[in-house]
Amino acid sequence: MVGLQHFLILGAILFCIGLFGALGKRNAVAVLISTELMFNAVNITLVAFARYAAPEQLAGQIFAVFAITVAAGAAALGLAIVLAVYRSRKTVSLEDIDLLKW
Amino acid sequence: MSGDLVVSVAFYLVAAITIISAIGVVAIGKIVHSAIFLFLTFAGVAATYVLLSAEFVAAVQVLIYAGAVIILILFAIWMTQGSMSPEGSPPNRQFLLALSLGAGLFVVLGWIILSTAWPISGGAVAQNTTQVVGKQMLTTYVLPFEIAAVLLTAAMIGAILIARED
Repeated sequence: MVGLQHFLILGAILFCIGLFGALGKRNAVAVLISTELMFNAVNITLVAFARYAAPEQLAGQIFAVFAITVAAGAAALGLAIVLAVYRSRKTVSLEDIDLLKW
Repeated sequence: MSGDLVVSVAFYLVAAITIISAIGVVAIGKIVHSAIFLFLTFAGVAATYVLLSAEFVAAVQVLIYAGAVIILILFAIWMTQGSMSPEGSPPNRQFLLALSLGAGLFVVLGWIILSTAWPISGGAVAQNTTQVVGKQMLTTYVLPFEIAAVLLTAAMIGAILIARED
């Protein structure tokens, strides 16, 4: 019998996998890919709450649609910035892009 | 009941595919393979939405994520090739710290999820969730809807300006 907690655990697993990718990868595009994974995990949690805790209003599904919209816009902008950095620095390795590191 | 059994089997199958694809996204050292596994993860998440009676969100997921964002990522990978080794996606120096942070966060989240008494309402889900979502999007949530349109326009203009060749 699949309940709310199953979907929440699935969301938590995906979020933590994405967190490992976002913190542990050297390629900037790989970090953005992992961030997209985290967005998806959060959306699963939202829709699961809409299904199990408030199935009449479906506010979680509407929230998830807006979250998908904003995340896609953020991904587009993030990749544009990575492209601009690549054009000027000729690298996307986060070990080499270190002007703001102490 | 056989209906519950079918839903359970479907959930575990979809969850296994999604989690294995997600592990493939972050564990594989070749960035193009990561993107392919990301596509598979997006498809698994869309299947999860269908299991949660959210057909409209599943369609939006397939259209936007599995359709547009993957193409965007593949273009970005293609246009930034040549700066790293041919594989392109190695782990960095602190990946052990990242792994322990991820595992620790999962332990905390799992403990919270399993020990909270969630207010589950036993209400039935509407059969036409797309219609309900559509009506609410244009009545109760019309302000976020319009603001999302402005946000997307701003993001589009910003991305074009930033990524433009001078």
